Amino acid sequence: MNWQTYFIEFSYLLASILFIFGLKGLSHPETAKRGMHLAEIGMALAIIGTLMHFEIVSYTWIIVGLLLGGLLGAAMGVWVPMTAMPQRTALSHAFGAFAAALVGIAEYYSYTHGFKDIAQLGHVKMGAMGFEIMLGALTTTGSLIAFGKLQGILPGQPLVYRGQNIFNMALLATTVGLFIYLIFVPTAVIPFYIMLALAFVVGVLLVMPIGSADMPVVMSLLNSYAGLASAATGFVLGNNVLIIAGTLDGFSGFILSILMCRAMNRSINNVLFGAFGSAATATAGAGEQGTMREVSLDDAAVQLAYASKVVFVPGYGLATAQAQHAVRELATVLEEKGVTVKYGIHPVAGRMPGHMNVLLAEANVPYSQLYELEQINPELSSTDVSVVIGANDVVNPDARDNPSSPIAGMPIIEVDRSKSVIVLKRGQGKGFSGLENPLFFKPVTGMLYGDAKDTLTKLVGAVQHA
Amino acid sequence: MISINPLGLLLAEGTESMSATAIIAALYVFALAAFLGYQVISRVPPLLHTPLMSATNAISGISLVGSIVIAGGTGPHHAKTATILGFIAVVCSTSNVVGGFALTDRMLRMFKRKQAPADTAKIASGNGHQKN
Repeated sequence: MNWQTYFIEFSYLLASILFIFGLKGLSHPETAKRGMHLAEIGMALAIIGTLMHFEIVSYTWIIVGLLLGGLLGAAMGVWVPMTAMPQRTALSHAFGAFAAALVGIAEYYSYTHGFKDIAQLGHVKMGAMGFEIMLGALTTTGSLIAFGKLQGILPGQPLVYRGQNIFNMALLATTVGLFIYLIFVPTAVIPFYIMLALAFVVGVLLVMPIGSADMPVVMSLLNSYAGLASAATGFVLGNNVLIIAGTLDGFSGFILSILMCRAMNRSINNVLFGAFGSAATATAGAGEQGTMREVSLDDAAVQLAYASKVVFVPGYGLATAQAQHAVRELATVLEEKGVTVKYGIHPVAGRMPGHMNVLLAEANVPYSQLYELEQINPELSSTDVSVVIGANDVVNPDARDNPSSPIAGMPIIEVDRSKSVIVLKRGQGKGFSGLENPLFFKPVTGMLYGDAKDTLTKLVGAVQHA
Repeated sequence: MISINPLGLLLAEGTESMSATAIIAALYVFALAAFLGYQVISRVPPLLHTPLMSATNAISGISLVGSIVIAGGTGPHHAKTATILGFIAVVCSTSNVVGGFALTDRMLRMFKRKQAPADTAKIASGNGHQKN
């Protein structure tokens, strides 16, 4: 080995170590920033090391690519608002997976078009390459569909039709079948391109039937796939830092998907193929209930002002109404009046893991006030007023009380145990999943209709005068 | 140009077939990284799950190093198509690396334990008065 090779390998080793330290830092908000700086240094080292690679002859395309990508990334990093984090994350999954797929395709092309010795393309290498390309392509289009749904370009409702699951499964099976065939016959160029095309189609079809409310799981899964595609790239190129970083990413996504599924008491299969929130499940649980009690703004303000403990429970509605700053203002006013304010965050509130936490942090809510589901539930019976902002299923008591409910067994934030509940809601319609929410009909509950941001801002004024 | 070192760590792609030792070594790396990843990531609190996703995204943008090598190769032993694909891959990965780290940093700066903004506002205005 020459000195460049040692230098490159050493930079990769250092980068791997720094990446792990970086992720380890994320175990606490205080250490997270330093951890990320370590990971950034690792990344810079790995890139500098790579530029010494003996196969690189021309730097033109590299520099143009780095500049273009850097500008694109910097623009997204600076201008994407926190409310749009899910969309931008979906887009970055697509980019990561696409890059992995392209590297695989370029490699395959070089082998099959005589630029590299085809005899060197063994079964194992083809296996890793096929896996990388299949997963990469599937994740690319899947993430783009997720992006479209989150951005509102595509309808958020699940798109279902008769025989959908069977059709999708058949298509996926065909794709995997071609992939296995390619492992045995790596030189089969036409099956390769058919596999590639099918994988792109499968990605679209797999995400289309999934409703927006299930996006936290889908985002985590796509994260996992994008990571595994990168890890497979590492196998193809024989590059350890790629294997390590890709695996870390893949497992992170995998762990998050499990956590999200657990927070909904559903299996991954059910999320992927259940088309939850479609018309089929929407009728369940309807017909009971009674009347909803509307509460006036002034009544709500008085309740809040004279409470000793208030818990805010945000949901996706907080993000759509961009109401995070208004909540924080209300909380400040309440604290000035001596009210204890806490926030109860359900793991699947919002459209991606941790979505609500980031939004509230953006509005300068200190993280010591953000409580997880298990932490906040025991406190709710001693809470005077729970304020539900744009959340629905995560506070639906049916999940706990009604075994026949489609969301039965899903852990919820039990706001109905607090002395009084104020629900901020845009209109009288049902939540995203289409389920009736008995919370709205309970005697403790008062409904406050209107745009969340608008209502909260008015409440700030009303509380000050209460 | 053989670049398999005694540990079986492969470096240059395409210059050698994947030997059995290299595959086994790569699988070891994968298994250990998976185990380590599980340990490290299961300690990340739900509070930081969004930054975690954006950070792992940035880190897996390391596939950039693979793209760079492909984009940088020219001459009779490199396909023009490969160069173009590599170039697009470089753009995608770089935007993930830069955007991912920038966003993670931006998010993490927002997480504060205490209600710092009111205090810093007071301090800032206090300084202003001193200057006057």
